[in-house]
Amino acid sequence: MAIPLFSPKNPVSLAGRIRVLRDDFPVLREQIHGKPLVYFDNAATTQKPRPVIRVMSEYFEKQNANVHRGVHFLSELSTTLYEEARKTVADFLHASSPAEIIFTRGTTESINLIAQVLGQSLIQPGDEIILSELEHHSNIVPWQLLCERTGAQLRVIPILENGDLDYEAGMRLFGPKTRILALAHVSNALGTVNPLTSWIRRAHECGALVLIDGAQAIPHLPVDVADLDCDFYVFSGHKLYGPTGIGVLYGKSSWLERLPPWQGGGDMITSVTFQKTLYAAPPQRFEAGTPPIAQAIGIAEAIRYLKSVGYTDIQDQENRVADHALRRLREIPRIRLIGEPRERAAIVSFVLEGIHPHDVGTVLDQQGVAVRAGHHCAMPLMEHYRVPATVRASFAFYNTENEVDIMIEALEKAVELFGR
Amino acid sequence: MNSLLSLYQDIILDHNRSPRNFGSLKHATHEAQGFNPLCGDKVHVYVEVEGNRIREIAFEGSGCAISTASSSLMTESLKGKTLDEALSFFESLRHFLTQPPDTPPPAGLDLGKLAALGGVRQYPTRVKCATLGWHTLQAALKPSGLPVTTEHDSHA
Ligand SMILES: Cc1ncc(COP(=O)(O)O)c(C=O)c1O
Repeated sequence: MAIPLFSPKNPVSLAGRIRVLRDDFPVLREQIHGKPLVYFDNAATTQKPRPVIRVMSEYFEKQNANVHRGVHFLSELSTTLYEEARKTVADFLHASSPAEIIFTRGTTESINLIAQVLGQSLIQPGDEIILSELEHHSNIVPWQLLCERTGAQLRVIPILENGDLDYEAGMRLFGPKTRILALAHVSNALGTVNPLTSWIRRAHECGALVLIDGAQAIPHLPVDVADLDCDFYVFSGHKLYGPTGIGVLYGKSSWLERLPPWQGGGDMITSVTFQKTLYAAPPQRFEAGTPPIAQAIGIAEAIRYLKSVGYTDIQDQENRVADHALRRLREIPRIRLIGEPRERAAIVSFVLEGIHPHDVGTVLDQQGVAVRAGHHCAMPLMEHYRVPATVRASFAFYNTENEVDIMIEALEKAVELFGR
Repeated sequence: MNSLLSLYQDIILDHNRSPRNFGSLKHATHEAQGFNPLCGDKVHVYVEVEGNRIREIAFEGSGCAISTASSSLMTESLKGKTLDEALSFFESLRHFLTQPPDTPPPAGLDLGKLAALGGVRQYPTRVKCATLGWHTLQAALKPSGLPVTTEHDSHA
């Protein structure tokens, strides 16, 4: 475990610490097209530190067995490790008990799970579901499907030109028909950090449930679900320095206990006869079949790793890098920053006038710089800004200002190449 | 930079900056829309067929330099061709673009200016950009009723 040798407020020592931490990420030493990798696609997925890689391969090499179904030593060990992982996640989010943590395949599956079980139990024709113009498709489409099944309707909180939610217009959408508020904590396309408290309070005043999509928040800022008072909070392991194939659904136990099961199968029952099946209590009720065991162990290790780095240094470094990027980008003529939110997590979206983001992405890639060029699974948002796509640089604490300079140089190359 | 120069040849940049036959056709007999789901590129192809010949062809939409230039070059090269010629030309072009980078065009195939698209062979993810307009043309001429995407094009 890393001991905070360096004071976070001292920029020189922070830079030193980051250099040391970068060594934890083997992939950062890779060369791409003969150039050192500059990885600015962290919002798509983060790189994995050695401790995460190590616990997962150790699990496969020394501990592998199925969970919840054997009396033999390894099965008990696997079960313990898996349930300890659940506890690690619960503590990390300040949930009131591990039973409030359901492991899923990712953010997308977590949202689909909730949309499905709420659809079976709670939603009536004419009910309203509120989400925002900032949402990722995975926090839009499951709700649209729910509306199709139940006759409920979507209402959309618009955004202001700078990429913040339009508070006034949004607040007016709430009323007696509001059943669900589904809102991103941080926008994956613009980096906007949404001020959740007032939205959650408003939804609860209407008796609505609140699901927060934390996929892009949890890597950058501490989350306390008790403090937020949301009913559900979801995120993915792979955006948090952990493995793919695992996600988290936090749900208040008062809700989880009332909701019907989602998928049927092994592990989610207390007894099965052909006449009647009794379902297990949460979290097992929502985890049919063999779960992602190694991935659960991996996500727990990623959380321990993240805590050892500490959100203070993570935010200091990411803010430095993002501020530097914004400053340098503004120096490029013909650049248009997409979204200038009041509060920003380490994500910067932009377009270069006259050069399609896809072409920018290819030029950057040739210089070893990995960015996302596209609609970021947020087509309604692209529509709002009347761009087909943007270039998105998304940072992690292991990124540096020097890497930003490499990206800027590559952007200047693109301008030169297309201006010839 | 060299492989970038072979991807973004002057001819590509020129057709990207000033796409030919850009816009809609009033008297289109065939039309279709195509999407590249990866990057959000959109193209709408219009064709006016007379007899079995392409009398007029135009396109509009938004896309990267490769997809815009490819559609533009397509409209230039297909005007006056029969439908069979146009479709079989697309088959040959698609085959050419999905070969390894240094493969010469097959004997007897004159790609003309479209040879400039050969640079995409070093960029497997960009082949779809180069074929989007063509797939859309094919859909316009042989409607299957399915939305047009480029999901099946990649290196063989
Ligand atoms: C805000 C947001 N929500 C949801 C998702 C979907 O996450 P996953 O693909 O891991 O299920 C993403 C990932 O791209 C995201 O950025």
